[in-house]
Amino acid sequence: MENTQKTAVDQTPLVEMKDISISFGGVHAVDNASCELYPGEVVGLLGHNGAGKSTLIKILSGAYSRDSGQIFIDGKEATITNPRHAKEFGIETIYQTLALADNVDAAANLYLGREILTRWGTLDDAAMEAETRKVMNRLNPNFTRFKDPVAQLSGGQRQSVAIARAIHFNARILIMDEPTAALGPAETEQVGQLIHQLKADGIGIFLISHDIHDVFDLADRVVVMKNGAVVGSAKTSDVSKDEVLGMIILGNCPPGATPGPGASTD
Amino acid sequence: MADQQPEFKERALVRFLRATEVDTRLLGMIGALLLIWIGFHLYGHFVNGYGAFLTPRNLWNLSVQTSSIAVMATGMVLVIVTRHIDLSVGSLLGFTAMIMGVVQVWILPEFLGLGHPMTWVITVIVGITFGALIGAFQGALIAYLNIPAFIVTLGGLLIWRGASYLLARGETIAPVDQTFSLIGGGPYGTIGAVGSWIFGGLVCLAIIALLISGRRERIKFGFTTRPMWAELLIGAIGTGVVIGAVMVMNAYPWPKGIIKRYAAENNMDVADVGVISHGFAIPILVAIAVGIAMTFLATRTRFGRYVFAIGGNPEAAELAGIDTKKMTMKIFALMGALTGIAAVIASARLKSATLALGQFDELYVIAAAVIGGTSFAGGIGTIYGAILGALVMQSLQSGMVLIGFDAAIQQMVVGCVLVLAVFLDNLYRRKSV
Repeated sequence: MENTQKTAVDQTPLVEMKDISISFGGVHAVDNASCELYPGEVVGLLGHNGAGKSTLIKILSGAYSRDSGQIFIDGKEATITNPRHAKEFGIETIYQTLALADNVDAAANLYLGREILTRWGTLDDAAMEAETRKVMNRLNPNFTRFKDPVAQLSGGQRQSVAIARAIHFNARILIMDEPTAALGPAETEQVGQLIHQLKADGIGIFLISHDIHDVFDLADRVVVMKNGAVVGSAKTSDVSKDEVLGMIILGNCPPGATPGPGASTD
Repeated sequence: MADQQPEFKERALVRFLRATEVDTRLLGMIGALLLIWIGFHLYGHFVNGYGAFLTPRNLWNLSVQTSSIAVMATGMVLVIVTRHIDLSVGSLLGFTAMIMGVVQVWILPEFLGLGHPMTWVITVIVGITFGALIGAFQGALIAYLNIPAFIVTLGGLLIWRGASYLLARGETIAPVDQTFSLIGGGPYGTIGAVGSWIFGGLVCLAIIALLISGRRERIKFGFTTRPMWAELLIGAIGTGVVIGAVMVMNAYPWPKGIIKRYAAENNMDVADVGVISHGFAIPILVAIAVGIAMTFLATRTRFGRYVFAIGGNPEAAELAGIDTKKMTMKIFALMGALTGIAAVIASARLKSATLALGQFDELYVIAAAVIGGTSFAGGIGTIYGAILGALVMQSLQSGMVLIGFDAAIQQMVVGCVLVLAVFLDNLYRRKSV
C-alpha cells in the first residue's frame, strides 16, 4: 500500500512521544507510554474509558504537563507545557468536549486566540465572519447560523465548528478525540472523507476512540492502551479486528503487533 | 374581540422589538427606572406635599451621585463575566482616596506649594496607579495561587479599610486641591449651559453617525437592516434623550450663595451676574467617557473577546491558547484602576478623604452590574446595562432619602431589590433560551 511506503522506518517521525508518565494524586494515569506518528499517517489510539489515551494526548496538546518523558517534533525535542506551545508546533486538537465558548458565535470560536485584527488593532469581525463562512461552506454546507452563540447549535453543527477550528490554521499534527461521538451516520461519513483528504495533504492524525469500529478502517496503525500503559502497536494490515479487541480487553499482544510495556506477560 | 385584543397587541410589540432590535431587558430596565422616578415623585407629592424627585436639582444631584458607582460597575461587569467577584472595591476606593488625600494635602504642597496646577494631575495618576497595582496584586493571588476571588477580595475588604485607617491615623484629610475638587462636580465643577449644549450636540451627531455607519456596514456585508422607520425612531429617541438631559441639567441654576461669592470674586454686581446654569457636571462626563472606553474594550478588542470567552467556558479558553491567568490579573488590575477613578470622583465630591468613604459601595456596584444583566453564571453582561443599573440603584437610594425613609428601611429595600433582580434575571433567561 501507498501509506506503508510513507511510514517507512527510516523516515523521521512527525511526533515521537517517549516514556511519557503522568500521575494524578498517586494514580498513574499514563505510565511510560511511547508512540510515534509519521506524516500522512493516521494512528488510532484505542483503549477502554480510563485507559489513559485522552490523558496521553492532552500532554501532547499542552493541556497537561507531563511528569517525565520527552516529546520530539520532527526529531527535535519540544517543550510543550501549555496549549500555546502546542499550537506553535502546528498541533491542533479537537477535544471530546469540543472546548467551545458557548456564549459567542462560530466565528469567534473559530478564531479564538488567533483573532483577525483591523489595522487599528480592533477585532475585524466582518473579516472573521467572511472567512468562517468560507470554511464552514466547505465543511458543512448546511451550516447557516453564523450569528448565534454556539450554545444554540446542534451537536453536529458544534462539532463542525470545532473541526473547522482545528484544520483552518494549517495544522501539521491533528488530534481528534472521539470526533464522531456526537454525529449521525452521514456526518460520520463526512469526517471519514475529511480524514482521507487531510492525510493526502501529509498531515499526521491521532484518532482517539474507545470503539474499534470507528477507527479500524480509517487508521494505518493502531496503538492500544490499557491501565495507563501501551499494550502494543500494530499496522491495521497486519492484525484483525478481533486481535485488536483482545489487546484492548485482555492486554494480549498478537503476533502481528509490536508489544509495549503494558502487554500481559502470559 | 376582547380576547383577541391582547394577542394582537403582543404580536405588535414583538414585531416592534424585532424591527428596532431593542433587547427586552433594556426596555425592562428603562421601565423600572421610570417607575422608580415617577413613583418617588408622586409619593413625595401626595404624602409629603412636595414632589422633589423629578426636579432639575435632584436629577442633577442624581447624575453626580451615580458617576462613582457607574465607573466601578463597568469594571465589575468584566469581573463577574469571568465568573469572579470583587468585594473589595468599596474599601479600595476608600484607601486610594486616602492615598490621594495624603499625596495632595500632606506631600505635594511641601514640594510644589499650595495650589500648584500639577497637583491634581499627579494626585490622579498616583490614585489610579495605586488602584491598578492593588487590583493586579489581588488578581495575581486569584489567578496564580488559585485562591477564590471571593476570599481574596473579602480579605481585601477588611485589609484596605484598615490600611486607610492606619495611613491617616483615622483622620479626615481635607481640604483637597482646588482643581482636584472640580472633578467631583459642585457648581464650579460643571461645564455650564453653553458647554452642555455643545457636548449634547456632539453626542447627537455621534448617535446619528453611528446609526448611519452601522446601516452602511450591514448593507455592505449583505446583512438584514432595520426598517427605515425603526432607524429614524431610534435616532429620534436617542437624540431626544440627550437634548432632554441637556435641558434638565441647564435648568438647575447656581444657588444664590454661590452667585454672591462668584460676584464678589469677580468684582461684579450680583444683578449683573444673573442666572448661571450648572449644566453637565464633570463627574458625569468622566463616567460617560469611561462607559464609552469600556464598551469599546469589551466589544471591539481582543481583550474583551477573551473576557467573554473565558466567562463562557474557562477550559475552552485555556485550550484555545488564551493565557487565562494573565487575563484574570489584568481584569482585576482594570477593576482597581477604575476604582481609582471612582475614588477621585468620590473624594473630590466630598472635598476630603474620610474613613467611611466607599463603605458598602461594593454592594451597590455588584447590584448595578447584576441589575444591568450581568449573569453570575458567567459569559453574559453589558457595560451600558451596568451603567443603567447604577442609575437604578442610585435612584432608589436617593429617592428614599428624599422622601425621608429611615436608614434601616433603606438598607432593607436595597437588599430586597438585589435579590429580586437576580430572581427576575433567572426568569428572563429561562424564558429567552
